[in-house]
Amino acid sequence: MTAPVLSIQGLTKAYPGVVANSDVSFDVMEGEVHALLGENGAGKSTLVKMIYGLVKPDHGTMTFQGKPYAPAEPRAARAAGVAMVFQHFSLFDALNVAENVALGMEKPPRLADLAGRIREVSETYGLPLDPFRIVGDLSAGERQRVEIIRCLLQDPRLLIMDEPTSVLTPQEVDILFQTLRKLTAEGVAILYISHKLEEIRALCDTATILRLGKKVATCTPADTTARQLAEMMVGTVLHTPERSGRALGDVALELTEMSVRSPSAFGCSLKRISFAVRKGEVLGLGGVAGNGQDELLGALSGELRSAPEMVRVHGNPVGALGPIERRGIGLLCAPEERLGHAAAPDMSLTENAMLTGSLREGLERRGFLDWGRAKGFAEAIIARFDVRTPGPGNAARSLSGGNLQKFVIGREVMQRPEVLVVNQPTWGVDASAAAAIRQALLDLAAGGTAVVVISQDLDELMEISDRFGALNEGRLSRIRPTSELNIEEIGLMMGGAHDMEVAHV
Amino acid sequence: MDLSSINPILLLASLMVAATPLLLAAVGELVVEKAGVLNLGVEGMMITGAICGFAIAVNTGDPFLGVLAAAGGGAVLSLLFALLTQVALANQVASGLGLTLFGLGLSSLIGQGYQGIRPPPFPKLNIPGLSDLPVIGRILFSHDLMVYLGLIIVTGVWFMLKYTRAGLILRAVGENHEAAHALGYKVVRIRIMAILFGGACAGMGGAYISLIRVPQWTEGMTAGIGWIALALVVFASWKPWRVLLGAYLFGGVTVIQLNLQAAGVAIPVEYLAMSPYLITILVLVIMSADKSSAPASLGRIFHASR
Repeated sequence: MTAPVLSIQGLTKAYPGVVANSDVSFDVMEGEVHALLGENGAGKSTLVKMIYGLVKPDHGTMTFQGKPYAPAEPRAARAAGVAMVFQHFSLFDALNVAENVALGMEKPPRLADLAGRIREVSETYGLPLDPFRIVGDLSAGERQRVEIIRCLLQDPRLLIMDEPTSVLTPQEVDILFQTLRKLTAEGVAILYISHKLEEIRALCDTATILRLGKKVATCTPADTTARQLAEMMVGTVLHTPERSGRALGDVALELTEMSVRSPSAFGCSLKRISFAVRKGEVLGLGGVAGNGQDELLGALSGELRSAPEMVRVHGNPVGALGPIERRGIGLLCAPEERLGHAAAPDMSLTENAMLTGSLREGLERRGFLDWGRAKGFAEAIIARFDVRTPGPGNAARSLSGGNLQKFVIGREVMQRPEVLVVNQPTWGVDASAAAAIRQALLDLAAGGTAVVVISQDLDELMEISDRFGALNEGRLSRIRPTSELNIEEIGLMMGGAHDMEVAHV
Repeated sequence: MDLSSINPILLLASLMVAATPLLLAAVGELVVEKAGVLNLGVEGMMITGAICGFAIAVNTGDPFLGVLAAAGGGAVLSLLFALLTQVALANQVASGLGLTLFGLGLSSLIGQGYQGIRPPPFPKLNIPGLSDLPVIGRILFSHDLMVYLGLIIVTGVWFMLKYTRAGLILRAVGENHEAAHALGYKVVRIRIMAILFGGACAGMGGAYISLIRVPQWTEGMTAGIGWIALALVVFASWKPWRVLLGAYLFGGVTVIQLNLQAAGVAIPVEYLAMSPYLITILVLVIMSADKSSAPASLGRIFHASR
């Protein structure tokens, strides 16, 4: 741990309309795990792409192992000893493991020899993998092993990992960390990008924090709290969402013995779900994914119909109404899947704003669309929810996950809903954006809206919900006030140890 | 009706001839689609190749120069498609359809004045020993060079895709162009080369019709072979050997139905004429019931953004 493997001086890269990196300098030492931290859009990806030769810097220099380093393309970077494990899209589903590995190497040996070396490396580092399996059949963890082995076969001196744990189970994360520690013991330096602050505190020796393209700090994560790290990323004091004491109003949304068949063969049908949410109340619904969350959102949004009296808004039966009629009476929903469900990926933000806002925001006049007002509405969402995009004319697909999430939640919040249902509102969103979204939901509740939050993030539910229930195999547990629950009880509720008593308000 | 007039040896021999245009066009398109590009302009490239080859062969008197010109003509036309879809990022379906219409029009324009002329004859290969073998010699070893060229191209494509690094990279580009780009492969360059290869093959397939099979020039003489080639690639599950099988099946049924027509079978000519298309598609549909799927990036536009 003496010499810097990679030294970066004053790297700058500007894209039209946005400076991705501005004068970034830091060193990565031999044998250390160096974390690169920052919010969505802080310039982490651009920075590592410059190191890997995918993007050329406008200014600045790099030194790799003491020599000037300016890779013109990934090939040159690999030849120098830099390898990268991508967050996504770098494997070929239809090809087998050995072929995938061969594609990432400069001079691959014959496939049979390569298969032998893959077995060898996979055993050395505790990453079991069959070289002849088709990658499309592998689990997320196994796919990542393919990427890592592809890198390891080139004896890298620097390994770049872009959010490697976002798709892994906790057990797979443990295996990955063991492998990484083994590598650093051999003197390999690792540049590690992640949003998961606790993970970084456990694994990384040093952290460089980027904000809006600039380096703001270098610190030792083990000596810093997760909160301090998050605040350095955001640049302001991170405030925990506050709920103001509020009086609960009348029942706004009521479900009575609602049963709905799942439209998908692999879905989970809803079985006799009953609950009521009052004005100004936040109801949190937890549970392991695939226990009816999507179906419940669909049944509330109107995508799945039920008997009219099973769903009531302000006492009026709405179970047979479709999404548009339900929006008309103030029942709005924001589904989990951002691209393709909550937003149309290839349409602009203005068009996406029009799609759900046309009725309540008056963007439609006698069947004609008022694009001027739709643009104004989209701009208002972008301004209020700090959505980072050059403008409302950009396609939804071009936004990062966190920014699009802010947009689709903001779009519903701004329509002054009477009842708002959100599914996984902060999934894949960085700490400050998540806090902003939660605060917006709480503010909405303070204004008298009934809010239903479906989420798999228990901390989130504990933080913002007044009462909590868990979905298990399409059934809802008894709903209890959050203040009297602890994690153990919640675990039992999620596991299905629910008493079948109908929840009363 | 006199079925005895059908000579089975002659029938098998002419099967290979009838299949060659389809084989050439389909194997070219297979390479294009393996690289992730859907070029619906095969028919247009074939007919352009047919007239380019015909014109050059007639004017120079050398049928081999004609074949070269056909390959060149098809490739140049496909370059137009490559520029539209790979550089200007135009929609591949629309560009391909446009290419077919353009090729049909261009070929009639070039073809003015070439109607009714006979092109210089294409020499048949005569392999001493092999060609004189009874039955086998007649069926397998006494064709023109182009028949064997088609077979060589199929073998070469199969070998390249399966065993070489170039083939692996080509498949990778067709499978996931973003990943290939991230690994540093030149997606657009590889695709343009594949498109040119496909154009050259289609052009030669067209020239085979105008120089050898028919041999003369008529407008629209490719008669939908380009479209069958497209279907063949899909139903052959993007596998070279199945393309060969499908093409020979098509050629076989074509020859049989012609013979049946000549023998005066009591089936309306229209049914006989449609039978090659129908039977080939049917058989291939049944064969493609296995799970082999299209290259995942097929028809998607690649732009190296961000």
